[in-house]
Amino acid sequence: MKVRILVALKTSVLDPQGQTVRNALHTLGYKAVEDVRQGKVFEVDLAGVSREEARRLVPEIAHKVLANPIIETYTWDILEG
Amino acid sequence: MKFGVVIFPGSNCDFDTIHALRDVVGRPTEILWHKDHDLRGVDCVVLPGGFSYGDYLRSGAIARFSPLMQEVREFADRGGLVLGICNGFQVLLELGLLPGAMLRNKNLKFLCQFVTIRVENAGTRFTNAGRPGQVLRIPIAHFDGNYFADPETLAHIEGRGQVVFRYCDPAGELTPSSNVNGSLHAIAGLTNDRGNVMGMMPHPERASEALLGSVDGRIVFGSILKAVES
Repeated sequence: MKVRILVALKTSVLDPQGQTVRNALHTLGYKAVEDVRQGKVFEVDLAGVSREEARRLVPEIAHKVLANPIIETYTWDILEG
Repeated sequence: MKFGVVIFPGSNCDFDTIHALRDVVGRPTEILWHKDHDLRGVDCVVLPGGFSYGDYLRSGAIARFSPLMQEVREFADRGGLVLGICNGFQVLLELGLLPGAMLRNKNLKFLCQFVTIRVENAGTRFTNAGRPGQVLRIPIAHFDGNYFADPETLAHIEGRGQVVFRYCDPAGELTPSSNVNGSLHAIAGLTNDRGNVMGMMPHPERASEALLGSVDGRIVFGSILKAVES
């Protein structure tokens, strides 16, 4: 099974990289761009794991390792399997 | 007393720190490898600056899983002294021994320069050789030094005097431009609740000899000596 985990800074945390990208897009004339948040993507292959087990396992590793819960949040979904 | 300096893959201030402790402070200093399980009877563990594990994932995020860090956690839980410098500070935050987290510097630049910091609390085991309000000139070298904590945590650490150093101007005033990395409350260094663990972004080992342009960093090491030996 392949899962994808998206990690991003919490909305309450300043994201200077996202702001810099937004400013660059404004400079290029993309006025419709209101805000940009930058994050990280992890694609994880899991072996011998049911969907139910994945629903327990993925939040655990996301919370413990992939994201720092003080500043980041995550979402995830199943890509295959 | 005896110091110990932990070396992770990617540490690069390890030998500067060992030199400062052995040759300037003048105390025996053990080299502690991150894969070991033995702290060799040291009185103070120092986590040096650098880029442990290439700063992969987040600065300090992988180093906290090193075998030796489990020993360091137990050592801190027993009241042992732990000092984290720069990347060492980031490791202590990721490990949860200190509250909060580091964000990328506000101007998105790697900052390598002398800064001035003000001693906010001279009653800790890491600052007792300094005076309250004393301004120290010590260099920084980091990309992720923009301290963040939620409002409740900030109120708690401020209320308990855990903020040890703040970025200030040379006169000791807190100004927006002196807070070079954008840290909340201009925090440059803080202790844990018990006061036996301290993290700081500036590098005291790089300001411990006149040849290096400042000896102000000796106050941190001198304070530890005073706390342990007296």
